[in-house]
Amino acid sequence: MTAIALRLPGFLGRLILGGLAHVGRLSLLVAELFRGLAEWRIWVPRTFTESANIGAGSLFIVLLIAGFAGAVTAFQAGYQWQTSLPVYVLGTLIVSTIVLELGPVLIGLVLAGRIGARYAAELGTMRVTEQIDALESLGRSPASHLIIPRVLAALIMLPVLTIFADFMAVLAGWWSVKQVLPVTDEDFAYGAQYFWRPFDGYYSLIKAFFFGGAIGLISCYMGFNTQQGAEGVGKSTTTAVVASSVMILILNTLLAKILLN
Amino acid sequence: MIELHGIYKRFGEQVVLDGVDFTVQEGETVALMGPSGTGKSVLLKHINGLIRPDAGRIIVDDREVNRLTRDELTELRKTIGYVFQYGALFDSVDVFENIRLGLSDEGQYGDMTFARDRVAECLKLVNLSPDEMKKLPSQLSGGMKKRVGIARAIAGSPKYLLYDEPTSGLDPVNADVIDDLVKHLEQALGVTSVMVTHDVRGAFRVADRLALLSGGQIVLHGTPEEFRQSDHPKVQAFLQRDFTDTPFAA
Repeated sequence: MTAIALRLPGFLGRLILGGLAHVGRLSLLVAELFRGLAEWRIWVPRTFTESANIGAGSLFIVLLIAGFAGAVTAFQAGYQWQTSLPVYVLGTLIVSTIVLELGPVLIGLVLAGRIGARYAAELGTMRVTEQIDALESLGRSPASHLIIPRVLAALIMLPVLTIFADFMAVLAGWWSVKQVLPVTDEDFAYGAQYFWRPFDGYYSLIKAFFFGGAIGLISCYMGFNTQQGAEGVGKSTTTAVVASSVMILILNTLLAKILLN
Repeated sequence: MIELHGIYKRFGEQVVLDGVDFTVQEGETVALMGPSGTGKSVLLKHINGLIRPDAGRIIVDDREVNRLTRDELTELRKTIGYVFQYGALFDSVDVFENIRLGLSDEGQYGDMTFARDRVAECLKLVNLSPDEMKKLPSQLSGGMKKRVGIARAIAGSPKYLLYDEPTSGLDPVNADVIDDLVKHLEQALGVTSVMVTHDVRGAFRVADRLALLSGGQIVLHGTPEEFRQSDHPKVQAFLQRDFTDTPFAA
């Protein structure tokens, strides 16, 4: 017990120093990103390519998950339904749940796995095979060639994919709720519009934008700082997905507190 | 001219370089030799600032590398071609794009006609056909990857060329081809070269001067003849390729 108590300060110290080192390296990476923005001829075409890759590559899984999420939301709404309430409220409930929360968060978490793992693995492999060193030795900036296009692609494509997800989930929810309760299309459309505020849509996109930034930045940082060969790539990839997912949950809470209150 | 003075570098508890002094004169080819794991590649990476020393000074053309600003270091790197041990080719783009990225002048990099001509010229210099331009690195053999790596390093017409184990992993015939290529480039381009290698035969064929790194320090730095005549036990052991029961084993 005494030995554990003696080791605790050392453990905490290393933990704090490790955390501060991450903050320092991440800050340097962000500074590099801003410096690299001047080389727009390099990063603009690469951003289009990255955006097309992650957008087209993720669309199917996004629509699939959004469709199922919308259907389950509708079935659960039907299960908890009280007959004393007007049926059009179902439209409000389903649309609000999807647009305000389910759409951006679910898609953010899925893409943290899909895009985050890809970015970390790509950059990690480039690091351990000396491709990043090669780029630097050629006098070229890894920020403008590798990181800015990936971070910008995530920032752009997360909101775009969230729009698709929101539409798909609402359509699936609309169809599903009609299977379990006597709701007409007019009732659903009336309820969806009655409490709808344009801000709800903006809020969904703002969240997706922040989630995209978190996924892009954290995953690129993890991949860029990979060490120790194949094992290091695996570790960076796992850490990137976990850290991005946790950051999405933290940002989700903060944005709800800041923007909805 | 490249000068390294008192370079000290450690990774964790392991001291890799312990006060290395090393000089490369204009126009010469120096082979930096030593058994695996003695810090040859680490020393090479200090020259173009890929690794910073814990202590000591690196001077290239009167510029102290570890005191340069980021922009100055970028400019310096454009004068130093670096050939990586395993090629370090960018695997997501073809041979043309790999070599084009070596063009240090942004105007030349953006001019596709110039770039195509220059890439073809560099491929010819390393005895590869311009037809290889469209291939991906995964479609190349080990020897071809090394040659494309060299073509990329010379694309920007550097003043210095740093080779990190250019013949490792190659059969003796291909190793000789690369050695001949290093010698040919020195004569054709007039570059100053530093070649890290543990291939004694290749080093004696190519280099004007040799240096042996062991125990974190340069044991001997001299001409091939001086190496042959040296009675230093580490030099003798290395030349005889017998590292067992010698100071290297410690």
